[in-house]
Amino acid sequence: MSSYNKVEAPKKLIKNGLRVDGRKPEELRPIKMEVGVLDKADGSAYVEHGRNKILVAVYGPREAHPKHIALPDRAALRCRYHMAPFSTEERRSPAPSRRDMELSKVIREALEPSILTQLYPRTTIDVFIEILQSDGGTRCAGITGASLALADAGIPLKDMVAACAVGKVDGKLVLDLNDLEDKYGEADMPIALMPNTGKITLLQMDGDLSTEEFNTAIEMAVEACKKIGQMQRESIRRKYLQGDKIA
Amino acid sequence: MTIFVEKRQLVLPGDLMAENGYEMGVNVYREDGKIYALKVGLAELEDRKISVVPLKGCYVPHVGDQVIGKIVDVGLSGWLLDINTAYQAMLPLSEAIGRRQTHVKTELTSILNIGDLVLAKVIAFDRTRDPLLTIRGPGLGRITSGRTMKISSTKIPRLIGRKGSMVSMIKRETGCEIIIGQNGVVVVSGRSPLKVKAALEAISMVEREAHTEGLTDRVKEHIRRIVENVELQ
Repeated sequence: MSSYNKVEAPKKLIKNGLRVDGRKPEELRPIKMEVGVLDKADGSAYVEHGRNKILVAVYGPREAHPKHIALPDRAALRCRYHMAPFSTEERRSPAPSRRDMELSKVIREALEPSILTQLYPRTTIDVFIEILQSDGGTRCAGITGASLALADAGIPLKDMVAACAVGKVDGKLVLDLNDLEDKYGEADMPIALMPNTGKITLLQMDGDLSTEEFNTAIEMAVEACKKIGQMQRESIRRKYLQGDKIA
Repeated sequence: MTIFVEKRQLVLPGDLMAENGYEMGVNVYREDGKIYALKVGLAELEDRKISVVPLKGCYVPHVGDQVIGKIVDVGLSGWLLDINTAYQAMLPLSEAIGRRQTHVKTELTSILNIGDLVLAKVIAFDRTRDPLLTIRGPGLGRITSGRTMKISSTKIPRLIGRKGSMVSMIKRETGCEIIIGQNGVVVVSGRSPLKVKAALEAISMVEREAHTEGLTDRVKEHIRRIVENVELQ
């Protein structure tokens, strides 16, 4: 395979206190959210998180098919995280990979605590997360979008879920890692949070952090998730409100 | 006794609505004496009861609801209906003819067949068992003619209006018969196809603009414009 358009590993990820994309260590990438973008889905959302572009569709609660996946006491939440073949630098196979399946599982588990699944026994709620373009942090942006789409579908939620990653590059804690920082940094820790209740629904880490670093990292991520949660709320309000009036 | 929302204010899931001393209505939940919203919707206050009127969401059956369903299967002792929800509804033979009787399948299909549209009432549904329907009652039974339309079930109360004001206005202006199912299915029938079309357009207008003010008058104008245009031609 040619290394023609491969990005070389930068020697330094932080120069003069700024990161590879010119951000400050605690700065988020620009985020854009829109809800109700798909007509046929019960709920949908489109999220741009830096260069990540993600489309989410939610269906349900609907009749469980195949029947055996139905649960007697609550709705079964199904989640599909999928990266489009054109979402990465090299074309990737459209078949669900090991990684896709793992992310589908962790995203499902990050969303489930927010949903009152017990209200709809023997049904399913289906969430489809399609990554159209990726640049590090797709699982977080996927969770943020999925929660928006669930709210848009009118599914009862205790709170919305917002997610963001923290990590360490060049020995410094940074917020919201991009692809380069994720690949060549020292640690990456995605976190999902229900902002109103302050409960964490996803916490993963790869790389190394000291205990102090871990504690600061959590604090940074919680603040970031709250900010993202605010943006989620604004994006729903934008859909229903024109000025102060309900449109 | 603190309340954080006004009547008809837009609330989102997780929004704090009130603190101690208030009662829980629908689409809210309570934790540590505080009441939060569960869905995107409008805050509703009735005495001390706090609810959310949802803006979107799928239909969940309630006992007493009048629904329009489509027969999808005929069994030995009844019919299975699609009532536009996550659960398949059951219409037992005894609720169709008023007596229990062993029939052979051919006789069941002579009463109601696959594909038939039925106006029915939910008589039981408790989330552990599928909804049970009846067609014994005034006006209930097979729907023989008309055009069907699906709208969001959250918009049905608006389509009916206060004491049926919206739907009776549409009926009056178009001269059409309109049957409404709580599950979001609407059947419109009338002699003039153009008036039926006007009624259908009026219904989709109600769905689109459900939460705007002065809607009844605007819908009325809209219908009159369509009907008059046709009569001029």
